[in-house]
Amino acid sequence: MDGAGLLACYERMAVIRRTEKAAHDLFLQGLVKGTTHLAAGQEAIAVGASAALRPDDYVFATYRGHHHALARGATPEECLAELMSRATGLCKAKGGSMHLTKAATGMLGSYAIVGSHLPMAVGAAWSARLRGTEQLAVAFFGDGATNIGAFHESLNLAAVWKLPVLFVCENNLYMEYTPIADVTAVPRPAADRAPAHGIPGEVVDGNDVVAVEEAVGRLARRARAGDGPAVLEAETYRHFGHSRADPATYRPAEEVERWLKHDPLDLARGRLAERGVGEETVAEADERARAVVERAVEAAKAAPPPDPREALTDVWADGGAAWRT
Amino acid sequence: MADVITYRDAVAEGIAREMRRDTSVVCLGEDIGVAGGVFKTTTGLHEEFGPERVWDTPISEQAIVGAAMGAAMTGMRPVVEIMFSDFLACCWDYLANEIPKVRYMTGGQVTVPLVVRTANGGGLGFGAQHSQATENWTLTVPGLKIAAPATPADVIGMLAAAIRSDDPVVFFEHKGLLATKGPPPPPDHLVELGRAAVVREGGDVTLVALASMVPLALRAADVLAGEGIDAEVVDLRCLVPLDAATVLDSLRKTSRLLTVEENPYQGGWGATVVSIVADEGFGLLDAPVRRVAGECVPLPFADVLEEQVIPTVDKVVTEVRRLAAY
Repeated sequence: MDGAGLLACYERMAVIRRTEKAAHDLFLQGLVKGTTHLAAGQEAIAVGASAALRPDDYVFATYRGHHHALARGATPEECLAELMSRATGLCKAKGGSMHLTKAATGMLGSYAIVGSHLPMAVGAAWSARLRGTEQLAVAFFGDGATNIGAFHESLNLAAVWKLPVLFVCENNLYMEYTPIADVTAVPRPAADRAPAHGIPGEVVDGNDVVAVEEAVGRLARRARAGDGPAVLEAETYRHFGHSRADPATYRPAEEVERWLKHDPLDLARGRLAERGVGEETVAEADERARAVVERAVEAAKAAPPPDPREALTDVWADGGAAWRT
Repeated sequence: MADVITYRDAVAEGIAREMRRDTSVVCLGEDIGVAGGVFKTTTGLHEEFGPERVWDTPISEQAIVGAAMGAAMTGMRPVVEIMFSDFLACCWDYLANEIPKVRYMTGGQVTVPLVVRTANGGGLGFGAQHSQATENWTLTVPGLKIAAPATPADVIGMLAAAIRSDDPVVFFEHKGLLATKGPPPPPDHLVELGRAAVVREGGDVTLVALASMVPLALRAADVLAGEGIDAEVVDLRCLVPLDAATVLDSLRKTSRLLTVEENPYQGGWGATVVSIVADEGFGLLDAPVRRVAGECVPLPFADVLEEQVIPTVDKVVTEVRRLAAY
């Protein structure tokens, strides 16, 4: 990744970090209802992978999916408007934080049943193969998803059909509130299981956007060439708790401190310096990110609520919800 | 085409017709390829369309239906086979949480045009985990269309509508009907989803039935005709969309209603039909509404036991006599 590419990635990560912070603040102000599962700290995976993908590749994410939606073309304004139940929200305020979707840019959804979207990515890859498009499908999921049946069924089916799909595990060490190691028999919950299904399993520093971009790029080329699926386990850490209800007091202080020092934005700044990108240029990117998110917050706040009649639309393809004559 | 076609062969014929007219239609499921399906309902598809369009899968119901969903979201029209309808429970997350909700929760961005076919119902001595009538499970889920044909011609016509539908359809093929025969429908035969059929006209009582309960209701109607009771039989064909208008129209003639359903009484589709009638057609009734339904037990193995718990001609006849005498 050259300096310009890395700077663009950095700016995207900064936008995501600030959007997550805004979501957190708006929740505390009572402007975001329900819950949020923030991905602050995990930005490098979404942004690094996105930099390695084609614009027409398919992405499936989890309830912790703000960063993927933002990395794959959703604007902070659309996302924040969705969280704030506005008509201008990404999903017309019918989805909310856990279901951010932008189908037009290949962001095919965020799914809140753990692991449920892995088979969907397999199917999208199968569809791409049938249509001869050389598109890739990527499923991002957490470490907790590696213990559900759909994970194993998906890896097997993708392997046996040799499909162009990547399974990218964001291993943030905790399955909700429980350390993944307490409930999983292997140290690398995703990568260690891949060989059992006959596919490669790799581990990458998920906080290093350059390393993620390289790993996803390499595995994507392999998959597009017809060599089949792969598992990439990206080690990372969430800055917030599992969800808004979770202060994450179960995490040892030294662990938190160690990971906060391994921040994806700091790492990217270091790599920008290595590439000779000046501090002033980085500061300008930070300023642009700040301004974009600030404007997004104001625009989302000013947007109208949805028309109540929208509650009875969009069940069926004709736009309606009628179930009887 | 022959003078008659079996329900079993109609399934393969219905799928083949759609695969010929639309290359985005693909099939997947356990043993559906070279083996032609455990019920031989996909015989010939693998030979005609090849392994690129007719895919044998592992026994992985979550991956099968989940993958079909992903394919449907990205330009294909998958036709999935879940071997026995009891096994829908193995992929219930996809049928209850993923497929039917995704259009709504994305604000209409995503379309899922797929068909999940499955062999439904009892009467063949398959035991408790291969015999259940599960159409009422799907009826509880907003966002699924539910088809359950009773004749070979309807199998073909409703498969055409289901496969062309941009909405997800669960398509129940009744095991007890697979060997039944009927006239083959003409080319391009299409039965719009949500159109019930009055399959026997009568003026005294309306029997509303679905799938294998339709021929059963017709046999009961024949017995009743011998006693001077003239039953009208409505084949509902679909539970969603539900053709309540045809039921209410029939009641305008007969003023007496009996639903005949194989699923258990509690939570069965008959309750939905009856509640609509109570709500919108109470003034049409000259007698209480009645339901013949399955007992609230798992399906037993022995014929003599199974007969006890699923509807029979005798049970229907007995209830209609009561209604007619009211």
